[in-house]
Amino acid sequence: MSPRFGIGDSVRIRQADPPGHVRTPYFIRGKTGEVIRLLGDVANPEELAYGRDGKPALPLYRVKFIQTELWGDYTGEAKDTAVVEVMENWLDPLDGEAG
Amino acid sequence: MSGGDWPYPHPRQPDIEDGPLTHYMAMTEAVSELLIDKGIISAGEMRRMLEVIDSKSPAEGARMVARAWLDPDFKARMMENVNAAAREMDIDAGGIPILAVENTKDVHNVIVCTLCSCYPRHLIGLPPDWYKSRAYRSRTVREPRAVLAKFGTIIPGDVEVQVHDSTAVLRYLVLPLRPEGSEGMDEDALSALVTRDSMIGVTTVTIEKE
Repeated sequence: MSPRFGIGDSVRIRQADPPGHVRTPYFIRGKTGEVIRLLGDVANPEELAYGRDGKPALPLYRVKFIQTELWGDYTGEAKDTAVVEVMENWLDPLDGEAG
Repeated sequence: MSGGDWPYPHPRQPDIEDGPLTHYMAMTEAVSELLIDKGIISAGEMRRMLEVIDSKSPAEGARMVARAWLDPDFKARMMENVNAAAREMDIDAGGIPILAVENTKDVHNVIVCTLCSCYPRHLIGLPPDWYKSRAYRSRTVREPRAVLAKFGTIIPGDVEVQVHDSTAVLRYLVLPLRPEGSEGMDEDALSALVTRDSMIGVTTVTIEKE
């Protein structure tokens, strides 16, 4: 599956709360980040956890966030960041941009 | 030995079996016994696997860091693919891809797995209990500088702290900054300076041991 996003793209993590095995942490849901690395296609762990084959494999990305945007009362420095691996099914383009 | 010979009361220590048997301890025993009973693995193979895992230490990760400090081409290959670079040194980094993140004068990296306890075991051994604790897993992503301070590590305000949460397929290894005063040291000497904690990112590498 060809990746929808490239390095440097701004993405928003879906604000969703599906049941079952999910690896997208709550603290990034609904937040905006920047794609910094493409990790290729991986079988979907949300499906693998239930004995299914996880196909189709989905592109996986490293997404970088600004900490002060993740935590309202972040006590570190304004330049601090967090990087999380996120699967494409959890990513939307930023509003108004083509995906 | 009679009680009168002992100068102080010796507290009775409980045996392992006196501690709690949790659900998952029982499950582990049951699955292990089934695997052996059904001939899928042998008891000897189980013993050998545990021995291999227990024998892993930070030494191989430290050797890779030392070589990266000395050899820019090796470092470039390591930044591109840690597992392949490890094979150059006859090190088995395991089947799970490991990504090296490099500390610079502008960025200090620290690793956490908020979901569980993902860790580059094949290169640096078993994770310490604190790495697996809920306190570390929840606080490091939330207030990394405060957590680093608990380890005695203060990162200057003009240096970015970047937290890596291993939520999916990768494991992470911090490539620490080469310490000042290490000029002229060879790979073995440099390797001895690199600690497990510096490859997790809760500390930096220095010449002096505190």
